[in-house]
Parts: sequence; C-alpha cells; structure tokens
Amino acid sequence: MATTTAPAKRRTRARDTTVFLKFLMATTGIVFIGYVLLHMYGNLKVFAGQEAFDSYAHHLRTFGEPILPYGGMLWIIRIVLVASILGHLYAAFTLWSRANGARSQRYAVKKAAKATLGSRTMRWGGVAILVFVVWHLIHFTIVKPAINADVSASAIAESPFTMMVASFQLWWMVAIYLLAMIALGLHLSHGTFSAQQTLGWTQTARGYQRARTIGYVVAAVVVVGFALPPLAILFGIVG
Amino acid sequence: MKLTLKIWRQDGPNAKGDFVTYQVDDILPDMSFLEMLDVLNERLIAEGTEPIAFDSDCREGICGMCGLMISGYAHGPKQTTTCQLHMRSFSDGETITIEPWRADPFPVIRDLVVDRSAFDRIIASGGFISVNTGSAPEAHAAPVPKENADRAFVAAECIGCGACVAACPNASAMLFTAAKVTHLGELPQGQPERYSRVVSMLNQHDAEGFGGCTNIGECSAACPKGIPQDVISTLNADLRHALRTGR
Amino acid sequence: MALIDGLYTEGEKIADTKAPNVPIERKWTQRKFDAALVNPANRRKLSVIIVGTGLAGGAAAATLGEAGYRVKSFCYQDSPRRAHSIAAQGGINAAKNYKEDGDSVFRLFYDTVKGGDYRARETNVYRLAEVSANIIDQCVAQGVPFAREYGGLLDNRSFGGVQVSRTFYARGQTGQQLLIGAYQALERQVAAGTVEMFSRHEMLELIVSDGPDGKRARGIIARDLVTGEIETHLADAVVLASGGYGNVFFLSTNAMGSNVTATWRAHRKGAYFANPCYTQIHPTCIPVSGDHQSKLTLMSESLRNDGRIWVPKRREDCDKDPRDIPEEDRDYYLERIYPAFGNLVPRDIASRQAKNVCDEGRGVGPMVGDFRRGVYLDFADAIARLGEDAVRAKYGNLFDMYAQITGENPYETPMRIYPAVHYTMGGLWVDYDLESSIPGLFVAGEANFSDHGANRLGASALMQGLADGYFVLPNTIRDYLAKGPFEELSEADAAVAEARKSVEDRTQKLLSINGERSVDSFHRELGNIMWEYCGMERTAEGLQKAIDLIRALRDEFWRNVRVLGAADTLNQSLEKAGRVADFLELGELMCIDALHRRESCGGHFRAESQTEDGEALRHDDEFAYVGAWEFTPGTAESGIDSGTMGPPVLHKEDLVYQAIELKQRSYK
Ligand SMILES: Cc1cc2nc3c(=O)[nH]c(=O)nc-3n(C[C@H](O)[C@H](O)[C@H](O)COP(=O)(O)OP(=O)(O)OC[C@H]3O[C@@H](n4cnc5c(N)ncnc54)[C@H](O)[C@@H]3O)c2cc1C
Ligand code: HEM
Ligand code: FES
Repeated sequence: MATTTAPAKRRTRARDTTVFLKFLMATTGIVFIGYVLLHMYGNLKVFAGQEAFDSYAHHLRTFGEPILPYGGMLWIIRIVLVASILGHLYAAFTLWSRANGARSQRYAVKKAAKATLGSRTMRWGGVAILVFVVWHLIHFTIVKPAINADVSASAIAESPFTMMVASFQLWWMVAIYLLAMIALGLHLSHGTFSAQQTLGWTQTARGYQRARTIGYVVAAVVVVGFALPPLAILFGIVG
Repeated sequence: MKLTLKIWRQDGPNAKGDFVTYQVDDILPDMSFLEMLDVLNERLIAEGTEPIAFDSDCREGICGMCGLMISGYAHGPKQTTTCQLHMRSFSDGETITIEPWRADPFPVIRDLVVDRSAFDRIIASGGFISVNTGSAPEAHAAPVPKENADRAFVAAECIGCGACVAACPNASAMLFTAAKVTHLGELPQGQPERYSRVVSMLNQHDAEGFGGCTNIGECSAACPKGIPQDVISTLNADLRHALRTGR
Repeated sequence: MALIDGLYTEGEKIADTKAPNVPIERKWTQRKFDAALVNPANRRKLSVIIVGTGLAGGAAAATLGEAGYRVKSFCYQDSPRRAHSIAAQGGINAAKNYKEDGDSVFRLFYDTVKGGDYRARETNVYRLAEVSANIIDQCVAQGVPFAREYGGLLDNRSFGGVQVSRTFYARGQTGQQLLIGAYQALERQVAAGTVEMFSRHEMLELIVSDGPDGKRARGIIARDLVTGEIETHLADAVVLASGGYGNVFFLSTNAMGSNVTATWRAHRKGAYFANPCYTQIHPTCIPVSGDHQSKLTLMSESLRNDGRIWVPKRREDCDKDPRDIPEEDRDYYLERIYPAFGNLVPRDIASRQAKNVCDEGRGVGPMVGDFRRGVYLDFADAIARLGEDAVRAKYGNLFDMYAQITGENPYETPMRIYPAVHYTMGGLWVDYDLESSIPGLFVAGEANFSDHGANRLGASALMQGLADGYFVLPNTIRDYLAKGPFEELSEADAAVAEARKSVEDRTQKLLSINGERSVDSFHRELGNIMWEYCGMERTAEGLQKAIDLIRALRDEFWRNVRVLGAADTLNQSLEKAGRVADFLELGELMCIDALHRRESCGGHFRAESQTEDGEALRHDDEFAYVGAWEFTPGTAESGIDSGTMGPPVLHKEDLVYQAIELKQRSYK
C-alpha cells in the first residue's frame, strides 16, 4: 500500500567526519612508527663502533644518489615528517577540543573501568613528546651545543658518534631521554593499536586482541631499543 | 544496610544543580539500585520534599531507559543496567555519588533525567534498511551465514541507554553508532545502503556534538550488553570504503 | 433500570459488521478489496494520531507514513524504541511451516482459538494467522537478526503449549529485535517528514467531536512530560496502541510506566471495554523477594522446553536444599497431571497448578505471608543430557538474568519460579477493522481485546502487534480515512475545550489535594486487592469484597493523595498519580466483569466453576460472548468528576464459531 518515501538526506561527505580526522591521525601516526623504528635501528649501530655508526650517518645522506642530491633522501624524510606532524597535530587538537566541548559539565566522580594508562595519556603524553622532539632537534640537529665540557664543539660536528657518546655520558641527559622514551612508549602502546582499529583492521575479537598485542610489542621494542645506547654509554660499555 | 548518598539535584534544564546528601538505612541487599531510590523517594514524599527524578521503565535491563553515573561508573560497578544492579554490590556504610549522564548532547532535564533524543536522530539519519511494508521478499530468499547473523545480533543488542557516551572520556557516541552500522552491515539486506549509511550516521553523530572516538574502550566496559570494540573498527572500515568510493 | 447484582445493567447486543460474508479464508482478501482506497495525492491531506510506539503503534506509524499520510506518533518514554514490546523474550509465531511439521494457517488459527479457550472472535484470529507469514518476511527484510541455522536459514522452536515448531526468535530478545526493526522504520519516516514524533508525551484525554454526521474521534490532549504543557493535537483519526493494563496489579512484568490511561480515557468517552477481567498470569517469573519489590521479572517460557517443574512431595522437605531431595520425593506435578503436554501446558494451567501446590504448603523459597511462593524449575536433567555448554548457548542470558536478580547460580541449584501478571487479553472492543465503538478511534495491539480470547498462547502477542500495525490497520483505516478530510476543528470547539479543561482541572486537583499518602502506596494497595481477589482464582464473595475495597480506596485517593511539585515541569509523581487514578476505576470494572462471568475459562478461573478434578469448567451455553462494557458517569458523590463512575452497561457480542467446533479444552 506504500508509495515511495525515501528519506530526505542532507548532503553529507565522508571527509567531514571525526573518523576522517582519525584516519589522518592514524596514517601520520604510522609514518612516525616507521620512522621511529628506523631511527632506533640506526641508534643501535653505536654498538658496532664509531666507524660503522659514522658511515651509517653518512650513508643516510648519500642514500639515493646520484638520482637525489647529497642529503636529498633526508630532506624528503624531513618533509614527510613535518607534513605528518602538522596533520597529526591538527587532528589531535581538533578532536581534543571537540571532546572538551562534548562534556562542558564534568563529573564530580569519574573512574576508569578499563582504559589503559597509555590511552588516557595520549594527549598530554603527545604534547610531552612534542616538547621533547623540539629539544631533541635543537640538540642533535640544529644547534648541536657542546653540553659535555669534556668534548669540543668541533669534535661533535665531525663525528655523530662522538656527539652521541658525549651527550649520554651525562646522567641527566640519559634521564631526560629515558623519560621521553617512557612517554613515547605509552603513546605508542595505545597509538599503534589505535591506528589499526581506526583503519578498520580489527573487525574480529581476535583481530582486536592482535592489534593490542602489536601495540605493546612495538612500544616495548621502541623503548628498549632507544634506551639501550644511552644506558650503554652511561655505563661505559660503548665509547 | 546504611548508606550515604550524594545525589545531583537540578530543578530544570536551565537551573543550576548541586549535590544533596541523604542518609538511608534499612536498605536490603536484595533491593535493586532503583528500588533503593524508590525507598528514599517514599521517605522524601513523606517529609514533604519533592522526590528525586530518575528514568526507568522496564526495570529488567532491556529498554535502556535507566542510567545513572554511580560513584564514577556508568550504571555502577557491575557491567549491567542501573535497574539490574543490586545493593548487594555495595557495602554497608558506603558513600555513593549519583550523577546524571554528562554530555552536552544529553542535556539534563531534571535531577538525574537527561534528554537522549540525539540517539533517535542518529538512527533517523540512516540507521535503517529502506524497505516499505509489504514489499519484502520471502524470508528464506536470502540465507544469512550464521557467523554474520550472530555478529549482527551481537551488535543489535544495543539498548540505546547512553552508557557508552556517559563513560567515554570524549563523550563520544561511536559505540552506539557503530553498533547499528555493524548490525545492518553484516546482513545481506543491509548492503545496498551500507556506505551511504555510515556517512550520514557519522555526520549526524558529529552534528549532535558528540566527541570523536579515540579507541579507549571505556564504552564497551560500561555497555550493559557488552558490545565489543570491534564494531567501531567495522564502522571505520566502512567509512574508509565510503571515502575510497567518493562518498 | 434495575441493577444486576447491584452493579451493572445490560444493554443491547453488539456484533461486528465489517467482516465480509464469505468463507473465512477469503474474508481478509475481500475486506481489503472492499475497503475504499485513498488517492496517493490525497493522503498528505489526511492526518492520523497514533498513541504508542510499541510493535503495534510503531509499525502502524511507519506504514502509514510510508503510505504518505501525515502521522503524529506519541509515547511516554524518551524514545519510541523503549515501548514495552522491547521486553518480550521468547518469540513470535508465524505459520511458515518451515519445519514441515504439519503447520498451516489453519492450524495456527485453530491453536490460537483453542488456546484462548474459545473466547476470541474467529474472523480476527483467522486473519492474524493469515498475515503472520508476511510479518516474518517484513522483519527479515528490515534486518531483524532472527536466530539462524548453520545453513543460513531461519531457525524455529516450539513454544508455550503447541506441538509444532513455528516460533521465530532472536535469542531471548525477540521483542527487542522486532521493536528495533519497527522503530528504525519509524525513524526513517521521521526523517522523511511523514511522521512527527512526540516522545515524553502522555495522552490524557481523547477528543470526540459531535458533528452533523455523528460522533468522531478527532484528537487527543497530551501532556508534554518535560515542560508540563497541556497540548491539543487534532487529526482525522486516532489510533490507540498503548499496550496492556497489567500494572493495575502494581506488581507485574509490565514496565513501570505501562498504564491504562489512554484506553480508559477513551472508554470514558464512549469506547466499550471488552473482557477486562481476562488477565494472563505467566508461570515462569522470578518470585517476589520482599516488600520493596517494584516489578516482577519474567523469564521466557522457552525455559519450559528443557526445564522440569517440581515441588517436594512432602511439606517438611520444602526448606531443604533441593539437591538433597531424592528423585522419589519430588513431585513433577505437571508431568503427573498432564502426561501428554507435561511442562508445556498452556500458561493458565501451569500458573494455576503452581498456585495450587503452594497453597497446599509445598511451595519453596522464602516465606511470603504464610506461604512459600515458588516452585522449582530444574535443568539438572537437561544439563546431564545436553551438556552445560548447550544449555548455556540456549538459555545463557536468562540464566544470567536470574543469577543477577536472585544472587543464585541456576546451573547449580534449580531456579525458583512463580506466576506473575503478564498480559491482559481484555482491552477496548474493536470490530474486524480494529475500529472501536467510537467512529474514527482505532485500537491495535495489546490495547484491544481482539485475538486472544480468555488466554493468550506464547509468542502470539508479538504476532498480533505487528499484524495489526503493519498489515491490518493500514488497510482498514483507509476505508475510514477515505471519507475525510473531516471538517477543521479549532481549539475553541466545544469538544476540544471541554477535553482540555478536564485535563487541566484533573491536574490541578491532583496537585492540590496534598494529603498524607504517596501515590505508590495507593497503587500497591490496589495491586494487593486485585491480586488477592481478581488474580489467578476468583470467587463471587471475594470479588464483591474487592469492589467495596476499591471504591473505598478510590475515595481515599481523591481525598488523601500527596502529589508534590508543580504542573509545569517534569513531575513523575504527577504522572503516576494520573495513571493510578485510572487504575482505581479500571480495577472496579475488572472485578465487575469477573463477577458477572460465572464460568472458568482461560486466564479466568472461577472457583465456583470447576470440574471434579479441579479443572476449569466453561459454560458455553451462557458465556460464549464477549463482554463489552459501556461507561456511565457517576453522580458526583465525592464532588470530583474524575473519581466517579456509574454502573456500567454490558453489551454482549455473541461468539459464533463456524470454521471450528467449540470444544472443552483438554490438555490431559
Ligand atoms: C516481559 C514480557 C515478555 C513478553 N514476551 C512475549 C513473547 O515472548 N512473545 C509474545 O508474543 N509476546 C510477549 N509478550 C507480550 C507482548 O510483548 C506485548 O503484548 C506486546 O509487545 C504489546 O505491544 P503493543 O504495541 O500493543 O504495546 P507496547 O509495546 O506496550 O507499547 C505501548 C506504547 O504505548 C505508549 N503509551 C502507553 N500509554 C500512553 C499514554 N497514555 N500516552 C502516550 N503513550 C502511551 C507507550 O509509550 C508505548 O510506546 C511479553 C510481554 C512482557 C511484558
Ligand atoms: C614521535 C612522535 C609520535 C608518534 C610516533 C605518534 C604516533 C601516534 C599514533 C600511531 C597514533 C594513533 C592514531 C589513531 O588512533 O588512529 C597517535 C595518536 C595520537 N597522537 Fe601521536 N604520535 C606522535 C607524536 C604526537 C605528538 C607530538 C602529539 C602531540 C599532541 C600526539 C598526539 C596524539 C593524540 C592526541 C593522538 C590521539 C589519541 C588516540 O588516537 O587515541 N602525538 N599518535
Ligand atoms: S529500566 Fe529498562 S533497562 Fe533499566
């Protein structure tokens, strides 16, 4: 007995949604994960000695030659990373402010039933990582200050290995790094899992669990992998 | 049992609310949480104080009408509805804080009662299969593999109580929205509108002012029906497909 | 006119005039053909108010919206999705015969009439069976996730006293899934602009206009439960699909807000109320645990498929741990008395026998008053036979629910169950078109009286609600609407103004009494009276007493109720007060109906009318009719119009059985 009455739909687009922002966050996040893992691999080269480490650093700059100019690959990576951080930050802060707006009246008492520490510290943890990254770039890339009174600025400029050893002979530098790695580990333990969930790769209970596990494994690998060189240097095993 | 209750009281949508503390004794462990409030309300009426307004209807955990934030947990410390929570889950002498669901898209109407009509609008935006009465084919025309039917069922169990929003640190309604997207998306009948559905429902979700999901998982932990997180993944996958196909 | 039993008078007989005079299999097709059509372009000009968004109302609103009528839909909950249909667990019947076990439209029809103890109207029931198969098709197309077999096809089970497997189900949440289907269809029409939704609105009065062509239902007065505003809504026709009135018993399996107000207000405006005393008491509910109890929880009757019901043979054993009572000391009384049907006898029989064994002092569980009110429902055999996992797969959610409420583990100790009020077969009288005795007022679902006679078989109310909403009403109401649009009414019209004023006065009155007792205390007391005297077993003496008690209670209510707060905000006490006020009137009518029906049939067991071995005894020669009651206003004894009712007028509709033969029911 019915006539057609299709619902009157507003024009809606997939890219106007919060989930689209999450795609942005997830894909940029995955870029970071890849980068961080490579970076970690590079750092571990300190255990192979000064020569291996320095030539690896040099290699990074000659990679892709002669198609790319000297340092070209590094610049491409830097551009991708900068674009990613912009995207990641944009998405993060937009969602952050949306979430604040969605509950302007807070609970007097609110407890977490299941949320992991990682998931609850994504935002401030992310800011901490950002601060660290800025400091990190100043330290190792842009200014390269001679923090360790025992090593001269010119020696640092000559050999990345020397720079690294000089820095991590100082206990407080190691402490800063370890703290940052804990922040990164927490962020990644949730972020790695979350990215998979966001991209729709966890549609079964098992898939979901697997993504969780991958998150913890990546976080553990990154924390341990980044923590080993500074600790080895501090305790005189390397350098 | 003797209890101290700190209950949010608010006279109307625009009134300023505050906590009021009540002492109750002779509460029995077999009472449900709402029956405990009934007892308090009877006393308040006898004292000439207006009773505390709270929602409930079926009182058997299926209509989704009830829902209170109880000492920081949506529907209380057990994974169930407020009406199916019993006082044996609390200990004698305990102080219990009772608040309404808090989310801007769920404005408080009075005391512990909130307006959840945003959920209806999300469903109206696409949470259905467009089939007019009388135009349905024979029920056995499209067999549904049991796994799909079962998963559709798990998602379809949502009672629309709003605990997911209440528990979510972002006040997101993603679990609610995703449950419907998954329910209909798992079935052959739901395929024709699958990708337009996810786009319009998500747009409505966002337009209502709910926060975005960050996969924390508090929603599933609070969900009285235990609707799992993987439905959100399905919603995400469907949106990704929609994006790829230019929707 | 002289009062019969000092309580009522008898008026003219009534009959359905709409079912066409053709063989029963052709009646519905013929009626659909005869019913006038409405041109699609005109449908936009016709408006319908639908009170209720359960299976009946939700389905009707969606379907009429799809057809292009302008629909206004009302519910008292915050969302149409919460109507009490959501609580139905067990399943929905349909004559699909997917199991090839000899089912057919005729058999479903036959079983339903027989189950109703031959007190239902044959023509309506046949149609119900006829459209049942379409319901399943419609619901599946909407995405209702019914249980399926590994081959991907729909599964069926046998349910509540029938010997074929025709019940479709979605775990223990069939009602929820069906309702969500209807709700989604409804929301789709809301988005399409054909249905306007008014949730948190309660209908408090019916508007009946008295124009040149007679009386017509033309609208309702509703209260916006959030703002307290009293609103007038007008339309060309009004549909009531407001559910059942089981809450007159205070404790029932109905939702807290379930009420009779919508239908009672219509009754006061001239709609006949049929068979009000036909109440179904469901055998498998969780027993009452104390005075604080606010409602009772049903557990699906499907439990009776595998669970065995028993009590100890000896009273002394009643407080023992049931696991310590040896097999020979247990009385599996249903299997003993009804070997053919055993634990699957119809609900009325299972309930009454449970009461009997408890009255003998053989009940189990805590003492409630002087008796233990509970019997065991034991799954030990099923667990031994099928394994715990299989039992969990089938009944897990019900077991969990039981464990949650009672704190006991049903996998280890037998569950305790006891009957509770569950469904009301009575309701507003309607004809074949579902039109009441007020033209333009249609009644669907549990709110009408039509299909279940004196007892309802399991899984048939969902079927009726959806049949009415999706398939019957949309076809019959068009015959009425085709005569419209009717003349415009305005707020100033006498009928509108009167209805509005009566609601406003009543509201003010309730708020101004400021007596001593809470609304709930009156409701509880009324419930006790009803359960005691108008429950599972009724006697003339008891019913007389109940009527006196109810009158006194009603009188006290209007003098001594305390409703705090204001009219212009959310005020739950005020909502309850209005509902209880109507229950206090309905209760009396139920008792009068029960008293006048001196026979036992279905859910109505009169102690004076039983066979030698205690079975229900019908009197077809005297009582094979529908008792439809007309309201008469009382003289204003207490000065409160709302509190008074005069002696009702009984109109009998004779039940004529042409397609099936009238027989005494036997499940032995
Ligand atoms: C616990 C339980 C289990 C059941 N299990 C089964 C089963 O397994 N199988 C089966 O077939 N049947 C079952 N039944 C019976 C069946 O569920 C109901 O009879 C049926 O769902 C009633 O549907 P309805 O649409 O008539 O009314 P309801 O679903 O009760 O809807 C009533 C509607 O009317 C509205 N309303 C009421 N009064 C007013 C008012 N004054 N103003 C505005 N709106 C109003 C309400 O808001 C609601 O939307 C069960 C019932 C219960 C209680
Ligand atoms: C090396 C640096 C970083 C890495 C490797 C990284 C990685 C990730 C990943 C993989 C995600 C998950 C995406 C998803 O949920 O779909 C994520 C989420 C997020 N990141 Fe980062 N991120 C980094 C830096 C930052 C910074 C500097 C911020 C600063 C604010 C930040 C804030 C966030 C936030 C708020 C989220 C969302 C939380 C969530 O999705 O649960 N991240 N990040
Ligand atoms: S009142 Fe229905 S779910 Fe709690």
